[in-house]
This record gives sequence, structure tokens and C-alpha cells, in this order.
Amino acid sequence: MGSDTASTTVTLDGNEAAARIAYLTNEVIAIYPITPASAMGEFADAWAAEGDPNLWGTTPQVIEMQSEAGAAGAVHGALQAGALTTTFTASQGLLLMIPNMFKIAGELTPTVFHIAARTLATHALSIFGDHSDVMATRSTGWAMLCANSVQEAQDMALVAQLSTLRARVPFLHFFDGFRTSHEVNKIVSLPLEDVRALLDEGLVRAHRARALSPDRPALRGTAQNPDVFFQAREACNPFYAAVPGIVSDTLDAFAARTGRRYRLFEYYGAPDAERVIVLMGSGVGAVHEAVAALQAQGSKVGVLAVRLYRPFDGEAFVAALPPSVRSLAVLDRTKEPGALGEPLYQDVLAALHEAWDGGPGASRPLPQVIGGRYGLSSKEFTPAMAKAVFDHLAEPKPKRHFTVGIVDDVSHTSLRWDADFDTEGKDTTRAVFFGLGSDGTVSAVKNTVKIVGENTPLHAQGYFVYDSKKSGSITVSHLRVSPRPIHSTYLIQRANFVACHQFGFLERLDVLSYAEPGATFLLNSPYGAAEVWQQLPRETQQQIIDKRLSFYVIDAAKVAQEAGMPGRINTVMQTCFFGLSNMLPRDEAIAQIKDAITKTYHKRGEAVLRRNYAAVDATLQGVAPVTVPARATSTLQRHSFAALDGTSDFFKRVTALILSGHGDLLPVSALPADGTFPVGSAIWEKRSIAAEIPIWDDTICTQCGLCAIVCPHAAIRMKTFAPAAASGAPAGFVTRPWTGKEGPAGAAMRIQVAPEDCTGCGVCVDVCPARSKEVAKHKAINMQPKEPHLERERANFAFFAALPESDRRTIATDGVKGSQLLEPLFQFSGACAGCGETPYLKLLSQLFGDRMVVANATGCSSIYGGNLPTTPWSANAEGRGPAWANSLFEDNAEFGLGMRLALDQQRTLAHQLVRELRSELQPALGQAAYDALLLPQPRSEEGYAEQRARVAELKRQLVRLGDQPSAERLASVVDALVERSVWIIGGDGWAYDIGFGGLDHVVASGRNVNILVLDTEVYSNTGGQASKATPRGAVAKFAASGKPSGKKDLGMIAMAYGNVYVAQIALGAQPRQTIRALLEAEAYPGPSLVIAYSTCIAHGIDMTTSMTHQKDAVKSGYWPLYRFSPQGADHPGGKPFALDSRKPAMPIKDFVATEARFAMLAQAKPEQAQQLLALAQQDVDERWRLYEQLAGVERNVPQ
Amino acid sequence: MTTIDLRTRYLGLELKNPLVAGASPMTGHIAQLKALEDAGVAAVVLPSLFEEQIEHDEMELARLRDFGAEGSPEATNYFPELTSYRTGPDAYLAQLEQAKRELSIPVIGSLNGVSSGGWVRYAKLFEQAGADAVELNIYYVATDALASAEAVEQRYLQLVQQVRAAIGIPLAVKIGPYFSALAQMALRLQQAGAHGLVLFNRFMQPDIDLESLQVRPGVELSTSAELLLPLRWIAILKGRVALSLAATTGVHTAHDVVKLLLAGADVTMLASALLRHGTAYPRQLLQQLGTWLEQNDYSSVEQLKGSMSQLHCPDPAQFERANYMKALMSYSSPT
Repeated sequence: MGSDTASTTVTLDGNEAAARIAYLTNEVIAIYPITPASAMGEFADAWAAEGDPNLWGTTPQVIEMQSEAGAAGAVHGALQAGALTTTFTASQGLLLMIPNMFKIAGELTPTVFHIAARTLATHALSIFGDHSDVMATRSTGWAMLCANSVQEAQDMALVAQLSTLRARVPFLHFFDGFRTSHEVNKIVSLPLEDVRALLDEGLVRAHRARALSPDRPALRGTAQNPDVFFQAREACNPFYAAVPGIVSDTLDAFAARTGRRYRLFEYYGAPDAERVIVLMGSGVGAVHEAVAALQAQGSKVGVLAVRLYRPFDGEAFVAALPPSVRSLAVLDRTKEPGALGEPLYQDVLAALHEAWDGGPGASRPLPQVIGGRYGLSSKEFTPAMAKAVFDHLAEPKPKRHFTVGIVDDVSHTSLRWDADFDTEGKDTTRAVFFGLGSDGTVSAVKNTVKIVGENTPLHAQGYFVYDSKKSGSITVSHLRVSPRPIHSTYLIQRANFVACHQFGFLERLDVLSYAEPGATFLLNSPYGAAEVWQQLPRETQQQIIDKRLSFYVIDAAKVAQEAGMPGRINTVMQTCFFGLSNMLPRDEAIAQIKDAITKTYHKRGEAVLRRNYAAVDATLQGVAPVTVPARATSTLQRHSFAALDGTSDFFKRVTALILSGHGDLLPVSALPADGTFPVGSAIWEKRSIAAEIPIWDDTICTQCGLCAIVCPHAAIRMKTFAPAAASGAPAGFVTRPWTGKEGPAGAAMRIQVAPEDCTGCGVCVDVCPARSKEVAKHKAINMQPKEPHLERERANFAFFAALPESDRRTIATDGVKGSQLLEPLFQFSGACAGCGETPYLKLLSQLFGDRMVVANATGCSSIYGGNLPTTPWSANAEGRGPAWANSLFEDNAEFGLGMRLALDQQRTLAHQLVRELRSELQPALGQAAYDALLLPQPRSEEGYAEQRARVAELKRQLVRLGDQPSAERLASVVDALVERSVWIIGGDGWAYDIGFGGLDHVVASGRNVNILVLDTEVYSNTGGQASKATPRGAVAKFAASGKPSGKKDLGMIAMAYGNVYVAQIALGAQPRQTIRALLEAEAYPGPSLVIAYSTCIAHGIDMTTSMTHQKDAVKSGYWPLYRFSPQGADHPGGKPFALDSRKPAMPIKDFVATEARFAMLAQAKPEQAQQLLALAQQDVDERWRLYEQLAGVERNVPQ
Repeated sequence: MTTIDLRTRYLGLELKNPLVAGASPMTGHIAQLKALEDAGVAAVVLPSLFEEQIEHDEMELARLRDFGAEGSPEATNYFPELTSYRTGPDAYLAQLEQAKRELSIPVIGSLNGVSSGGWVRYAKLFEQAGADAVELNIYYVATDALASAEAVEQRYLQLVQQVRAAIGIPLAVKIGPYFSALAQMALRLQQAGAHGLVLFNRFMQPDIDLESLQVRPGVELSTSAELLLPLRWIAILKGRVALSLAATTGVHTAHDVVKLLLAGADVTMLASALLRHGTAYPRQLLQQLGTWLEQNDYSSVEQLKGSMSQLHCPDPAQFERANYMKALMSYSSPT
């Protein structure tokens, strides 16, 4: 937690900087994970788990709640009971806190919420940074204090805490999500003694004295009537009036103690500036640089940074402006459609008006004010853009409202900027590293920042950009090193060092666009210095020549392999950087790297340290300079998405640019205004991230279909077709006679891999039951190196994909084999290799996809399912497929129920209109067809096809009826006559915690919705925090000592209603039971809840065994399989509960020993693990005993 | 109560009797160790610390922490960082220290290593933790068709030399029987610095699961029938090398103990017998041993030790290769 007495420099990110102060100055901390604030809660929880004390020597109570609303409620209660209390959140989480925020402020209760400000979901969700969340809380009555940098995230955290105690007005302390929360920078720490000296204990005592106590009872939260409410509401005014003065005094005291001087409004620039930009947040850094550069050129410009945004002190604002100012551009990092301007703009206007309307400014001309939006969702904001704003202010008629950082060709709000305007210090090392999420590049760069920041007088800054894939994600790390503090709050555009840690990137990405002339280019290459040149794309060769780059290669994979760390190239590449950048003397650099390795990995053990040291020692001799020829001669060309054949116009115009990393260049007109996106674009991405792919041996294959059903990415398929259809197939397109009963007799079949969509997880091979008699390890599919097979399998897949799909009406879908002949309409998502969730979604899309509507809770499934650039939810050849939407995290069950209500209402209306139009329709359609339109449809593919045909004919008849109002009305709802399958899908964080209230209400509604819970037993998307689905004894974030309580039995809760279909399934254990449960759930005319065991990387298992592992989960009784069908007739004797798995035949200890989430506790805290394990075994035994009894229970629920 | 002097010396340690609890899961917990001491065993050998296991655990932990880490803007990793993972030898050393604290009999640490650096490092740590002796459990399956027997033997000898040089406490080496020239190997191990030999390592042998067609570790408890192999070699080595000799494998009954002592063992190590009969079993064995010695007019174990070694037995050729021929001949039909 840092030094007790002396200020030291520390290198950390904004989240850690703020969390340290929050932890020190609070007693209760209620948390809930949300990006990008999760890390603050994680830090607090980790420190509490280690027993770290706060300022008063006690360990704060840190508690994870079920939602941010819950966290806010707990905070409110703790405050009322007199504890210093805090929380951390962002975005939707902050919105959920708003009701309590009004209460907390209304009761004049001191507290600070620390916010990593993030975009609010509108037309789309975005996890990135802007001020739309904090701006949405303006009316709550909270003071709002903005930190503009990592240093300020620490300092303002304390200033807010000190101020709230004195003012009694609660404070939002906010800083920019990602740009500040995740930027690693060198700052001056606040020692404990400074915090202690600045904090007035008397105010803490006063807070406690105001607490509720039965020794001096009082009431708060009364209900008031019109007679007094208004007056009472006005009674708080003096407290608000005092806040600016209190914060100002606090800043003075802070400066006196620490030497760091801050003001409510901080002006920087020419004393006689005529043009001034007003803004708050990390963008201040970029404007500072622009002002310095322009001032040096003689421009009269300045920047006014807002720190205390609420209460807005108009007088202080005006006083901070240079008297010479003629025009102001107010920049808001938020958007309020329909408002006269964004919030800060309006505040500035009001402040100026008040100051000039008889106030202190009246003697001067009123400055002109324009307002602009910038930086939404972490959009880049650079000094060049700031300069564009200053330039625009100088124009005679500037736009009153503008945007900067985008091209707005619709409303023409945007300003042009000169991308060549550069303010970077010439003595700043600017390095950009391209890596894979899995290769440790980001960790290595973070370590480099720490090495430089903590061991040299130099300053260092690291910032990291990730794509949205969970497998094969690309990371770009931006590193600056400078003799001066670094305030450049934007990405590096001109790097003097570019490292590409993955050779394959050169084919797809314009890596060298970042390189400035004369830069160093380091490439991790399997080819040596003599061979590499001809392996480069021509564009890369040309850039190396044109920019006169110093080009080096290293085979980092080989060095890492030889050091005993296959795949982990981070240490090697980091050593190369130090070796080539010459920032430190080479020997010193090596020593520092080893020291950093010791710090980072000492908890892992000596073996890890030794292997990393060995990698460091072996690295530098492996770096080789490449002699650059005079001409580019390569025949290889960089991949162009835009040039792909067969893609839609939208793909070419929009998706292709995003995929190529040029999404920033898309103008406003290119993008859908309402967030509607076409489906099925993932098929074009062809990320080709697998080193090995499954290759089919048709001579052994039993055609069971298991490989296809378990594939998380729909990258291995089974299809039957008429043998003649395979004529003209590429060489090597082997087929076999189909031996199954499904489909037409005499058909041929093939198992086909999509070689460029496969992630190489190997799950298909792991489950394949067919082995060679001669070589037992050889199966019917085998992982083999991709490259030798790529060309052939690419052609094969293209041919395979073009073969017609099986006729759904001819297939028995209740088995693995039959289900896998259905076309998957969820394919090639960015989910983790071996993901346990996606096979269920793919299966759903096969079974019901062409009539399926999906409400998807926020979480992993909404990211791999709906995060641009591409969409895995797809349509079939008829254009039908799952229609998918994500509302929020907390409301998904309700969202899905709403869909059901709408569809039911449309069907009711359609029925009514069909009856109204009977005289016209019945003769045309025929009596039987007309009647059938209105009857319940048989739940079969045949039935759906017939109804679709009837509806198609009905539509034709409606066209014939022309503009009759009833006919037109019916035409708009007629599709609802075909049965829709409504699926409500989400993870356990949603179903067990934040969305449980809604889920409970929806299952109680009796409506025909199907709920699928993809239960990974943690909050997977935000990094593995415990949920109420987390089992006893498992280690998770917020449960570092093993979760002490058992898993909530969600199924039992739903079964209590009696009229809810409930099933618990595990695809890898009993695929047939899974299919059966999904079919039954869908067929059940009321609410259905299916809880699906979903293996996850947060379990710490070998994900290749993702599916076979589930067999042991079931065998041990850890995950019993059952179906509870209210339609008791399906079960002998009217017993609705069918236990589908066998009595546990394996001790739980044997099962959990194979999962690191349990095993790490057994290693770290053996006694605790043993105790929890004994309880976990009891959980299993007792649950089984209960379920066994349930299986014999007869039950009828009046329907 | 017997008055026979059961004392023996092993690795220079004075032991109150020749029963030692050998390395097995039965010596893995302090409660069991105390029970074994109560039941009369003269020394305990803790279960082997496997260097390979330690490295595996450490690398797996690192892999786990790194897996998926820093790959997503939403999750920098997927597990909390714990205060300590107790990887490495710490837990083993803590157990060794506790055993030393709570037992009055000698405690021997057993080490199974894979690299010379590892053996030396961990042996030193054993010594620092208070071990009375170190048992090197060398388990090397020479699968490389290009590696000569001499090269393999050199590895053994180098390891022993390096560990010998690094520690001051006695050193025993546990080996398997598969040497072409076992007697010479024993002598060379002695010259390399070993104080004793533990005969023999009972390797875990792989088995094939017919259901799954997977190779699985085959673990079977030993039987008395298996003691004949160590018995022969102890009888041959006794008097030919200046090494303490410990018999392990197949020690189940008092008669087994007696036979091995007669052949020349200084101690007999119990493992399968403890797993089968529990920690109280040594008490019964000791009683039976005393009774046997008494009934056969021996006054001490020292008197008995090696009295039937190859050098001392009436028919030394029985211990040699001809033994097999003679056995066959003895089963021949009388002519």
C-alpha cells in the first residue's frame, strides 16, 4: 500500500491510484464488477483479503453485492450507521446507483464514489470511456470532482474524501475510463502520513455522531407532504454554496502538504490568450500540448481545465479565464441529443451570462462561446484535434456546435484536423508493440513501464488497446519514455520503435503505419535475417525501404521454447526492446529485467524465475539485423477484406474497414443510425488463428456427430448430400456413404473443418470416440499442423458450404447425429478457444434458429455474440435466422418477456384480422388452409413449413386485397402466425445475481419464454468474479480464500412454482439429454429454465478437455442432470422430476483436483481447502439425497 | 516384554530397532508420523519430494495466471492473486521441520530430482530444515537408445557426488535393481559419497486401461514374495561394500524382517505393509521380531545382521546366478 511517511514515485494505473486512497480512508466498501472500474474493487478486495489496514488500523469490510443497485443500497445503509463508506463503478452501474444517490445527497451524507467514467449504452453498448455516465447523474445533488491524469486520480480521490467530510455533500470522483483508469504512469505517491495529516478526525467523529443509534433515536427517510417538502428541499442550499470554498481550501491544504497545487479551474496558456478551450478529463493533456506548441509559435491560446464540475462555481470559472479572452470552445465528452448544447457548454454559457449580466465581467465584451463533442467511447483526442478547435475559433463564423475527431458527413458538425501536427517531445522514446492477448506482450510492456518508472529517473507511460475477441485477440501497446513527466493522453502516431510480436500480423495489419522515418522495426520471425525479406508482404517491404527503417528479427518462439516457456515470448521481446532501444546501458537493462521478473513471478516459484532468466540470457544473441534491399520484390500482398468476393455492399463499405483497423476513418453516414446491423458477417473474417486444425480420417469415422456438436465455433460440420452433388468437388474432398437413418437413403456425408475459422482448441478430437485399431492415438479426426492442409481444406470448405443443407423436415433432431445435420446459424464467434458456452448457442441456432428471437444479457455472450466488427448470428439460405438483441445486464428476462408479449399480441391481432377478412380470405385460401391458419400449429418442422406456406399464400392474397385497412394491418403482423421461439440467454451473473429478481418474475408469469443460463459459475466477462453460482471452495475474485457458501440452487427455486419447465444440462456429459431438454423446454407452452454447465477459462482447466471434463462433473454429482416437466404426463405416475444422471460415483475431491480454481486453494491454504471440500462433498451428497427424493414425488399444478 | 537388544545403526544413526517407515503416503502427515513413532518405528522417511512435480506446479500456476490474461479490455486476468501459492518445496520443508520438532526419532527426507541443480538445492534445504539424513530416490528410465549404460551410470554418480559435496548429513541412495553390474555400481556409489543404499526402488509401472485405451499409472501394493530380490542383493553386497543397507519392497511380516536382517540389511523399510495394516502395525511386528529372536536364541539384532550374507552363509553359490538352475534341479523328479 505504499510508504508510510515519505513521498516516493510509484508506477501504477489510475484505478490503483484511486483505489489506494479509497481503501485507506474508508471502513466499508461495497463492490460489483463493471468495466473499466472492476479493478478498483479487485484491488480493495485483494488488500482486505491480505488484512491490509486502513488509516485507522482496521481492515475495511469489502463486500460484493448482487448489482450496483445493491452496492449503492449497502453503501447508503453503512453511511447511515456511521461508517466511512465507498464504492467504485462506471456506466450502467452508476445509473443503477442513481436512486440511492439522490437519497444520500438529500440526507447530506459524506461519501465518495470513484468512477472510471464510461460510455452509456445507447444504440450500442461500449465499454470505453467518456462522460455520459457521470453527466447522467448531474441532478442527484452530488459534487463532481474530475481527475485528469493518473496522478490526479490519486490526489483528487483524497481531495474528494477530505472535502465531503467537511461539506457533507457526497462526491463523485471521476476520471476517464481506460485512458486514465488503465494508463500506467509514474506518479508521486501520497504517503500515509500525508493522508493522516490532511484528514480532520473531528469530521469523521461528526459523521459517526450523525449516525442512526438507538441511544439517540431519530428518523430519516420520512415521507413529506406538499406543505413542507419544498421548503425542506431548499434547506440544503447553504451546504452546496459552501462546497467550492471547501474544495478550494482543501486544495490549498493539499498543496501546502504535498507541494502539488491544484485549483477548481486550472488555466494554462498565454496570459493574454484570446482563444481558450474549456474541458475536463484526460483530454486536458492533449490540449496542454497543443497550447504549448501554439504558444511557442506565438498564438494567444489557452486551456481551462475544470476540476470541480458540481457545484459549478461560475464566479471562480470567470475569474480563472484570462481577461483577454474573446472566444471559448467548450468541449464535452458526452452527447445530449435534443439539448441546446452539452452540459459543460450550457454551464459555461450560464456562468458567463451571470457574470456579464451585472457581474464582474460586465465591463468587457462577452466572449463568443461554441460547444463541441469529442472523444465519445474513447475516440482518440489529439493535440492536432485541439489545434483544429483553436483554428476554428479563429474563423469569423465558427460553428456554434461542432464535433472533432470524426468525419460527420450527415450533419456536417465535424472539424477537419491536420494529422501532421505533432507535439511529441523529440527526446521521447515512442514505442508501439503489436501482440496477441495470449503472448504476454501487454504484461511485458507494463513491466517495462515499471522498470523505467521505478528504477530510473526517466518517466514512462503505458497504454493498451485490445480488440474485442476472446480468442486470438490482438493487442497494441503504446509506450512512452521521457526525461519529463508524460501527459500525452493519446495514442502514439509516430513511433521510433515498432515491434511486431506475431509474424502473421503483417499479412493483415498495417503495422508500420506507426513507424516514423528512421525508426527501428523489430519482428518476431520464424525466418532468419537472411530469409525473412522474401516472406514479407510487398507493402511492408516498401514501407521499410521508404521509411529507412532499421530492421531486426528474432525467433522469439524458439528462444522461449528452449527456455522452457513455449508460447510465452514476452520476456524475450522485452529484452530485445531494451537491447535495441538503448534507453539503459545493456547490462543494467538486463539486470533490471531480471529484477522485474523476480518481482512479477516470485510467487510462482523458482522454476518460473529460472526459465525467464534463461530466456533473457539467450535473447540478445538471437537478435539479428536485416540487410534491407533497395527494392520491394515480394509477390505477397496484404490481405484486403474489401476485395473479398461475395460480400455485401455494407461489408465492403463498413465492416471491411473496421476489420482492417481503419474504423476511425468511417464517416457518420456509413453507420446505421439506430444500431441495427446485418447478421452473419463473421464468416468473412477468416482469422486463421489456429496452429493446428482437425483433419478427418473418413476410414475410421462412425458419423456420430459429436465433433460437430461440441465445436465452440461451428468450425467443424457434418453434412449429408446426394452423391451426385459432390461431382466437381475439389481433389481431396472425400465423402462416405451416410449410415444414419436421418435424411434421404443413399446419401453421402462428409465431416468438414473450416480451416480459417477454427481456433485449434482440439475439443472435437478430445471427444471423438473412434480410434484406429492399429495406432490407438489416431482418431477419426486428428489435430495436425494447419499450413500443409490449409489450401486444400479452404477449397473443401468452400465447396462443402455451397452444398445444399438437409431438408429439416426429414431429420429426427432429437439425437446428436440428426441435430448436427441442421445448419448452425451461430458461427465463428470470437469466443475463447474451447468455450463451454457457445456450443449451446450453436445447438439452439440449429434446432430453432429460423424462428428464434433472442434476448441476450450483457456478458461474454453479448460480446462474442454482438461486438463489432463482425456478427456470428447468421441467416440461412432463405434469409431466416435468429434475431438478436441485447438490452442490459440486469433486465434481460424482462426484455425477453417483452418480446413474447409483443409477439403474442401480434398473433392475437392477426387472428382477429384473419377472422375479420374471412369472407375475402376463405374462398381464396380454401376452407382447410384458412382454418389451419388459426389453429395451434403442430410443433414439428413439417408443421412450421406448412404454416409458412399458408402465411406466404395469405400474404399474396393480402396484396390482392390492396389498400383495405384490415388487409394492410394484417400484412404488418402476419409473420407472427408462424410460431416464434423466444430465448432469453445470459450468464450466471445475470441469472443468479443482478437479473434474478426479473428472472424470478418472468418465470412466475406463466408466459411462453425459454431461458437458457450459460452457467460458468463466475462473472467470466469481467475477469472471474464470484457470483452466487460459484461453488463452495472455488477460488474466484472476491472469493480469494475459496467461496465459503454453497452454490445457489436456481433450478429448485424455479421448480417451486410448479408450472415452470426446469432442466439442468451438461452437453459434454450427456449430449442427448441436452438436446432433449432444449426441445422439451422449447415445446413447453409456459416458462422454461435450462441451466447449462459451461466450462470456462476461469475454471483453470485444460480447455481442450472442456467437454470430456463435464463427464466427471456429472459422475461426481457436482453437476446432476435433471428435467422437471410440469406436464407430468410425460413422466410415469405424474412425477415431474426426472433425474437423468446416475448416483455420484466419484468423490468430489477427485473432480475438483482437476480444476485450478479449487486446486490453487488446496495448494495455498490446504486446511481451509480441506474444510471447504468436506462441506462441498456434503453439498453434493445432500443435494443428491434431495433430488432422489424429488424424483419420487408426485405433483400436480393446476394450470 | 522381550529383553533382546533390537538396536541397529543405519547411515551412522543409532536406531532403536531395524523398523523404518519408508517413504510412502503413510509418512505424509504429522498425525501419522506420530502414530508410527508411538507404534515403535525407529526412523521415518518422508514421502519423496519430486522436483519434477514442483516445477510442474510452478509452471502450471504461471500458465494459469497468464492464460487469457491481458487479452481483453474487460479482464486483465481470471484469478485473484493470492498472498502465497506455497509452490516449491516450502510445504515439504515445513512438514519436515514439524516432524523434527514433534518426533524424537530420526527423520529422513527423500528427494526425487531431475536436474543436478535441483538435487543439490533441495538436499541443502533438507539439511537446513533439520533432516537427519537425505535419501536420494533416483528414478531414471533410460529410454534414449543412443545413451550408453556407462553414461547413465555416470549421471547417478555425478548426482551423488554433487549432493555429497553440498551437505553434511548422511546420504542414502535409493536405486532400482536394473544395473548390469550392480555390485560394482554399489561400490562406485560408495566412492561417490553415499553412506547407504536403499534396495530397491519399486517403480510405478504404467498400465493400459482396456476400457479407455489410455495408459494409466499402475499402483499395486507389494507382497512378501517380492522381498527375494532385495534379499539376494543385500546378501551379496553385505561385507563387500562399506555402505549401510536398507531393505525395502516386500517387508510385511516379522519373518520378512528377520530374513532381510539375516541377509545383511541394517534396517527394513515398511510401506505397503503400513498402507495395508495401518500405522499401529509396527508394534505387532516388533513384538513378533522379539519373540522370534528370543525363540531362536539371538540376543541382539547386531548379532543377526548379515549372518546369512553371501560371505557368511553356508552355501554362497545359492545367491549367484546358478541359483536358478539349482532351483529347477531341486524340483526335478528324483531319478
